[in-house]
Amino acid sequence: MATFNLKINNESHQVDADPDTPILWVLRDNLGLVGTKYGCGIGQCGACTVHLDGVAMRSCSIPISALEGKSITTIEGLSADANHPLQEAWRQHDVPQCGYCQAGQIMNAASLLSNNANPSDADIDQAMQGNLCRCGTYTRIKAAIKTASKLS
Amino acid sequence: MKLITTKHNRRSFLKVSTAAGGGMMLGFSWFAGCKPATVEEAAKAVPSTWYDMNSYIKIGDTGLVTIMSPNPEIGQNVKTSMPMLIAEELDVPWRDVVVEQAGLNTEWYTRQVAGGSQSIRQGWESLRMAGATAKQMLKNAAAKKWGVDAAELTASDGMITNAKGESIGYGEIAGEAATLEVPETVPLKDVKDFKIIGHDTPNVDIDNIITGKPLFGLDTQKEGMKFATVIRPPSFGQKLISFDDSDALKINGVEAIYQMRVPLKEGREVDKIAIVASSTWAAMKGQKAIKAVWEADTPAENTVDHDKQMVDVIGTLTKEPVRRNGNPEKAFEAADEILERTYEAPFLPHNCMEPMNFFADVNGPTIELLGPIQTPQWTRSRVVDLLGMVEKTGDEEKDKAAYEEAFKKVNLQMSRMGGGFGRRLYGDFVIEAAQISKLAKAPIKVVFTREDDMLAGTYRPSTKYRIRAAIKDNKVTAYHLSEAGVNGNMWDALADGFPAGAIEDYRVDRHAVSSNITTGAWRAPYTNFLASAEQSFFDELAEKLGQDAVQMRLDLLEKAVENYAKHAKIDADLEDEKKKGIEPKTEEQIAALKKDLLPKGNYEPEKFIGVIKLAAEKSGWGKAGAGVHQGFSVFYSHNTYVAEVADMVMENGKPVIKKMTCAVDCGIVVNPIAAKNQVEGGIIDGIGHSMFADFSFEDGKAIHSNFNTYRMIRMGEAPEVEVHFVKNENNPTGLGEPSFPPAGAAVANALFKASGERLYSQPYVKSSKVLG
Repeated sequence: MATFNLKINNESHQVDADPDTPILWVLRDNLGLVGTKYGCGIGQCGACTVHLDGVAMRSCSIPISALEGKSITTIEGLSADANHPLQEAWRQHDVPQCGYCQAGQIMNAASLLSNNANPSDADIDQAMQGNLCRCGTYTRIKAAIKTASKLS
Repeated sequence: MKLITTKHNRRSFLKVSTAAGGGMMLGFSWFAGCKPATVEEAAKAVPSTWYDMNSYIKIGDTGLVTIMSPNPEIGQNVKTSMPMLIAEELDVPWRDVVVEQAGLNTEWYTRQVAGGSQSIRQGWESLRMAGATAKQMLKNAAAKKWGVDAAELTASDGMITNAKGESIGYGEIAGEAATLEVPETVPLKDVKDFKIIGHDTPNVDIDNIITGKPLFGLDTQKEGMKFATVIRPPSFGQKLISFDDSDALKINGVEAIYQMRVPLKEGREVDKIAIVASSTWAAMKGQKAIKAVWEADTPAENTVDHDKQMVDVIGTLTKEPVRRNGNPEKAFEAADEILERTYEAPFLPHNCMEPMNFFADVNGPTIELLGPIQTPQWTRSRVVDLLGMVEKTGDEEKDKAAYEEAFKKVNLQMSRMGGGFGRRLYGDFVIEAAQISKLAKAPIKVVFTREDDMLAGTYRPSTKYRIRAAIKDNKVTAYHLSEAGVNGNMWDALADGFPAGAIEDYRVDRHAVSSNITTGAWRAPYTNFLASAEQSFFDELAEKLGQDAVQMRLDLLEKAVENYAKHAKIDADLEDEKKKGIEPKTEEQIAALKKDLLPKGNYEPEKFIGVIKLAAEKSGWGKAGAGVHQGFSVFYSHNTYVAEVADMVMENGKPVIKKMTCAVDCGIVVNPIAAKNQVEGGIIDGIGHSMFADFSFEDGKAIHSNFNTYRMIRMGEAPEVEVHFVKNENNPTGLGEPSFPPAGAAVANALFKASGERLYSQPYVKSSKVLG
């Protein structure tokens, strides 16, 4: 066990954990931030996507020891009042079915939009290719990303 | 959180009565009662008192209404659509409704199951009746207060108004209303008067989902809760010889390790090892650190052997075909030509995005169970058996009473589920959680890793269909479908699907190959592949006969229409005789009258024709532009009709599905925005699994354990989906499954048009030269 200082959603946290613990499980088990989901544990499904210094990363594959001094944003910290353009667009399109993968989809899309404010279909396909949805809500996710790009 | 004015637990059983006035009347029963309510967000002020109208509805003194959603939510959106039915008849504005997930309560609710696309269909009348009954009680209370006849009052938008124009809010009168007798009959609205049903209504959990609130089983956190992972046999058919847990016990956070024998749904028992830890990560590390020795208990199986066994039996005729009409054997002998094709599909894991998990605490005065489960009632019985809570006497009455007593000690709550698709029908993970909680004497959340989830599945059985059509004078004279499946077969009713009732000489046989691999229901069981096989076959048959694929199906369905009309004529004559007071005919006599008629299928041919024509029209069937290759498919399942057209184009020498156009007849569309979502998702899921899902077993072990090698459809492969509903006022049917089955054949048939290649084996990317 070691002590780590983390900045999560603009708040400082001190966490005792084994250095190899993926940040996913620190968020979920230690800090109670359960919006970030476990899907595969090997960075293949995108359910655990968070932002590391503003860039989308798979939290299941990053050990806490690599995050000292870095700033992490989770779905809980994406916006102050659930009013990020993507969240607005997700409501408008009523995107989710089961809803489990959606936080990861939104976090990945937010990273896309921060780099590319007006993505084409091909840009969206490419950026979102790593996020699985078994319910098959892909067409709505894509439509919502386009709506969000117009809202922002 | 507020409560409650408790009422006596009174039972009201309402008999069916004849309709009077504008609406319809129905019988309805429930146990009234009360339960604490939590309100976090509400349009109206948070009430200080809640009044129980019945087991579904609580009305607060401010007019805010809590509606309990009875069925498990797996993404089929029942947590929104079922309460919509109640709110409609209660006549309360949707903005004043707070929805809560009900726990398992078999006294209050019926059929708390997620499966078979049946929640809306089976809840259609009872849920509306719950709303209508509460509304009538509110009106009766207002009538009493004003000293007028309740019939003079109108109720709308949470208000009751009298002839003088005076109004009172539901919240002001709910306390009175809750003490009144439950009316024996209440009217239900006409379809034209619906204000909520038929209107886009957002998912009640949308804000919680998009802000990451705890909703799912895996999100469960409880005081004193420990985390557990489980080691299951690495191959099917193995038993545990020994294990070394010394390294695992050195891991920070690993607290205890238990060996256990766990009952399976089939009644067999299997060895498992449980790792209990203070965090999920420690439990996962502990699982990896254990060195276990397993050996074969029953033979290790291979998919290649299953395939051989299925091929061996599929060409034989069974003694008892599932359905046989006319003389198909003779028709095949007399045929000019026979078209025969065999279609095959692999085992499939469910791959819910939320891996299996469950919370159990079995050590207190009540058994606490919480998590994602499609079958809470069945699972509760299994936990009661596991824990030995009932000593069976052999006396049926006594045992039943003992179970009822035991059930009262079990509190089973359902979380939102990160997908179900049939996997969460099987509560193996609940049994594990309960067993580990007992061993560890602690509250336990059992968690599957993705690898556990894929390797210890309850798989869609690998299945083959051999289909033959007899052709004489360029017409189809007989149809024969033979099924071979691992561990099970289609149920009887599936043999009554199209083209049963449309072809005189018809036969369906089924053959099962037994296996020690656990298999079970998987989204649209059996039809998920039967439709692909059948609808691919019809495409090839139409080509062989030189007919248009759509027209050939329409022609066959017209024959079914003619056939059904003959049945209807006899039925109408019998009805006439009854009216004239002639002694009713016996079943034998009726059978004799119909003996020369082809028995009907399980579908309504007019509805089939309706979706086929609508899909053809909306897709521009036969008028596709240059370079667009269309594939057609249609299937009836779970009481819903779906026709689909795939538009395929060649891009850089590879076929790409650009668009799916689909027509659906599911009766009244309760919530259009969510209904479309279900249909779109089912089609994309159907395309994905028919194209990519490759799964098999070698030496009893699945060949894939995670998404790095197991391919699922991703965004770039998902086409645009255009959904059209047939407009009618028929009672609604389900949508969680029916759009899945036709998708595979729509793709295969489009690919044939694009490339000339026929596809017989799923996943198509593996068997196709063009796609591969």
